[in-house]
Amino acid sequence: MPDGPGPQQPESPPPEPRDPASQRPEPQRPGPQRPGSQPPGAQPPDPRRPVAPTAGGAAADLAMDEGAALELPYGGTPGGPVGRPRSLWSDAWRELRRNPVFLVSALLILFLVVISLWPQLIVSTDPLACDLGKSQQGSEPGHPFGYDTQGCDVYARTVYGARASVTVGICATLGVALLGGIAGGLAGFFGGWADAVLSRTADVFFGIPVVLGGLVFLSVVTGTTVWPVVGFIVLLGWPQIARIARGAVLTAKEADYVQAARALGAGNTRLLLRHVAPNAVAPVIVVATIALGTYIALEATLSFLGVGLRPPTVSWGIDISNAAPQIRNAPHMLLWPAGALSLTVLAFIMLGDAVRDALDPRLR
Amino acid sequence: MHQPVDAEPPPEPEPPPRPGRPEPLLEVRGLQKLYPLTRGVVLRRRTGAVRAVDTVSFGLGRGETLGVVGESGCGKSTVAKLLVHLERPTAGTVRYRGEDITRLSGRALKAVRRNIQMVFQDPYTSLNPRMTVGDIIGEPFEIHPGAAPRGDRRRRVRELLDVVGLNPEYINRYPHQFSGGQRQRIGIARALALNPEVIVADEPVSALDVSVQAQVINLMERLRDEFGLAYVFIAHDLSVVRHISDRVAVMYLGRFVETGTDEEIYEHPTHPYTQALLSAVPVPDPGARERRERILLAGDVPSPADPPSGCRFRTRCWKAEAVCAEKVPELAVPVAFRGRDRPVAHPSACHFAETLPLDRPAPRHVRQAPATGPSGPGGPGPDGG
Amino acid sequence: MPATGTRDGERPAPERDGPSGARLLDVRDLHVEFRTRDGTVSAVNGVSYHVDAGETLAVLGESGSGKSVTAQAVMGILDSPPGRITGGEIRFRGRDLLRASREERRRIRGARMAMIFQDALSSLNPVLTVGDQLGEMFQVHRGASRRAAKAKAVELMDRVRIPAAKQRVNDYPHQFSGGMRQRIMIAMALALEPDLIIADEPTTALDVTVQAQVMDLLADLRQEYAMGLVLITHDLGVVADVADRIAVMYAGRIMETAPVDQLYRRPAHPYTRGLLDSVPRLDRKGRGLRAVRGLPPDLRRVPPGCEFHPRCPRAREVCVRRRPPLYEVTGEDGTPLPGRASACHFWKDELADAPAR
Repeated sequence: MPDGPGPQQPESPPPEPRDPASQRPEPQRPGPQRPGSQPPGAQPPDPRRPVAPTAGGAAADLAMDEGAALELPYGGTPGGPVGRPRSLWSDAWRELRRNPVFLVSALLILFLVVISLWPQLIVSTDPLACDLGKSQQGSEPGHPFGYDTQGCDVYARTVYGARASVTVGICATLGVALLGGIAGGLAGFFGGWADAVLSRTADVFFGIPVVLGGLVFLSVVTGTTVWPVVGFIVLLGWPQIARIARGAVLTAKEADYVQAARALGAGNTRLLLRHVAPNAVAPVIVVATIALGTYIALEATLSFLGVGLRPPTVSWGIDISNAAPQIRNAPHMLLWPAGALSLTVLAFIMLGDAVRDALDPRLR
Repeated sequence: MHQPVDAEPPPEPEPPPRPGRPEPLLEVRGLQKLYPLTRGVVLRRRTGAVRAVDTVSFGLGRGETLGVVGESGCGKSTVAKLLVHLERPTAGTVRYRGEDITRLSGRALKAVRRNIQMVFQDPYTSLNPRMTVGDIIGEPFEIHPGAAPRGDRRRRVRELLDVVGLNPEYINRYPHQFSGGQRQRIGIARALALNPEVIVADEPVSALDVSVQAQVINLMERLRDEFGLAYVFIAHDLSVVRHISDRVAVMYLGRFVETGTDEEIYEHPTHPYTQALLSAVPVPDPGARERRERILLAGDVPSPADPPSGCRFRTRCWKAEAVCAEKVPELAVPVAFRGRDRPVAHPSACHFAETLPLDRPAPRHVRQAPATGPSGPGGPGPDGG
Repeated sequence: MPATGTRDGERPAPERDGPSGARLLDVRDLHVEFRTRDGTVSAVNGVSYHVDAGETLAVLGESGSGKSVTAQAVMGILDSPPGRITGGEIRFRGRDLLRASREERRRIRGARMAMIFQDALSSLNPVLTVGDQLGEMFQVHRGASRRAAKAKAVELMDRVRIPAAKQRVNDYPHQFSGGMRQRIMIAMALALEPDLIIADEPTTALDVTVQAQVMDLLADLRQEYAMGLVLITHDLGVVADVADRIAVMYAGRIMETAPVDQLYRRPAHPYTRGLLDSVPRLDRKGRGLRAVRGLPPDLRRVPPGCEFHPRCPRAREVCVRRRPPLYEVTGEDGTPLPGRASACHFWKDELADAPAR
């Protein structure tokens, strides 16, 4: 029998009213409306009147309106939705706003982003304008952090160094999250051989020691921009996110609401984008935020080893590297960039923690 | 396909529980689902199979309610998934209006899905927490754009909310703002959106509080009468199933062991498992405490990966004899009752089927067998302990 | 402790007779609160009940009625924070546990009272054999040797009718089926031969046929050891099968107490009536279920007056204004019905309306 999406039951007997949407003039309760019973929904608890109409045939009344009392407005609806619609995201946001850890770290990160975009706001000195004559001198008016070996202003270099770190951190995290999230998500959703291939590949990349890999990779691919470093971090970082995303998708995929959508006839695209992804994205966000801090630290490490960013790019890692041998004569050269680096990494990790608390209260 | 151990041969007349029951809407024949058990990661070897559903057959008429009862692990949820095509059967057919839907895919499958919908057990996991109630109930219209014109969808969602007894103003709320009973109503509204003819409900009230259960049962009954829905109502609670069902099937280890109208099953059970199950249900009436004799079954349900030979119930049955281990009893009217009137003469898969009215004292059977059950058939072992 | 939490209209529960020292467990006017981010949840608002030795008290209620929280407070396993006992007494053989020393509480709760939970699998340690877990009780509390402890474990497993106990004593919890695990939980509770067992939904997770086995076992053991049993459940059927007395809870309060047969035959509270009418019965096919309308209250916003009034068919103005105390229930001729009490202003009407059940 052909059964297309057109009109249903072509040869059915004269249809009963079975279209809930169009053939129902009014809401119906089971059984006829009895005289004396109130129309549903219209039950303001008037203290001077019996709350229920018929005190005598109590049980009969109970049977009448199984749904009516749902809307009974009592000190808020009992058990029902109170107040405004609240999505899980808006709940998380409310939670975040009240978390002091989040406020502190967010302010710090905001500040970092601003000065990496417009360092001129707080610095007037050029970080590359150096005066060898002032090599390793301490602080003086206008140059609060003193000078490094080359005679460059440490304050200016510390502020300008934020740009490289933040750029590498954000770009690498975006790359890792996109690549890892998509790869892991698809693998988890479709499973099968694609999943097997991806998982083994991820294992291989996991096995590469980060520093050794960086020394090899970045001594081959060189450049003065941040991109080789970003590329390297993405290359080694994506398996971590892919694993998280795969696990989250595997969990979300099994949920009843995904089965329900499938039973309605939803295609894979809809299932993935509408049902699975929104419910699997939270752990990815959390891990990515925490990873951002570690990527900044990784960039500094690579730069320290001389394979990351190269001069004339200003970077905390380079400055720390230059300052390390001079730690006895001029500790300020090391302390300021190292302090800035630690604070930045800490800020992102704290942010990640706060986000995790807000997105998944069960983890607490 | 395999040999059909057909339950109800189609010509066998059943008393129509409701006026007007022409050809069955849903016709299930020899449904079977095996989940392979594998070992090894790289080289997968099949080591066996879990026989979740094994040769299940039944029919469902328009506006009729078939209750399926069984204990956990008996395969009743798998039956639900097979019916709504969330799983593909290993063998057997599910015919909807004569068309086998188990082999369908793509567009044709999508069309059939409009007519067979499902209500899930857990109201807390069956609604997407990131979507508003309006989006959840409206999603069927997005998936099947032909079902309602775009501009009309919002209105229809509101009407659906009203039909299931929720305030239409809640359309923008999220599921976590509702209680369990309200969420189950949302799930029912979603299933109702496309005007299906069949709704498969898998334990729809077992996660709800007692006083809320009755609301949802009443709602489902009202909707059935209003929209002429047919239900496959799956539950472990025998009282709930009796209340809502026209016909009842008792399931044990992947098979239907007894089918009949609610009166036939509940007043005149002929299969020992049904009898034991019924006698074990606590009745909310302290007066019945003394009157009631309980059949206490020994041991636990065997693993569906390694079901007993012959009759699957024999390891816990007090009537088991040698023949039970050798011959699979067919689900048919037992020989003893052929030609007799309906209440006792209904399909029952037992070699020794006999009626055992609940008010008559039953053999109290507390045989303490090891959990796996005896390996041999074992004699008729009444009154073991 | 100051007598806190007496809301207006509250009277001490009336149905108390005899010296209180005789009671095995006597909970009086217990109040428990949970402090959450979204406000204070009053989970238990003045609950009083008692159990005697050799008696089964069923505490019946839906989720959120406070039935489990009360039990946790009695056992001293309330999560705190956020939970806090804000008033009341918990007397065990006359001794108020809330005021006893930490050491005394530990001794009583460890050896004299025991609890059985719904989920046996998560209550048993998965990395220890059941024999070790059962034997540990004897090693810790009785100073038994390893060998003696194991022998005791086998004996206990026999007593809860686990087949082939000798062979299975070295198995791990996951190797047992659900019903068998629940038996092991019961065996653990029995180990030190307590005077009181609190069973929190002991059979809810089990299948019907297994449920019957476990309930039978519990009832037999209670008789054998002459223990007091507090059975916490939502299942009216289970209650009817095993209980002597019933306390019906709703929104953190006791709505009605009665001997089991009287409660089912003639409830004196509309909520009890609603519950009885809303369950489908196996032994009769009714036409429509009389559902209790509405939803259980949000415990952060408990309705004023009677907690049940928004759902009550009998509710009148006074119910919104005044919270009903637990009235003593008497027969038509004024003769007191022992053990009966109802927290409804109109319990007389309710009692009079009761059809012959």
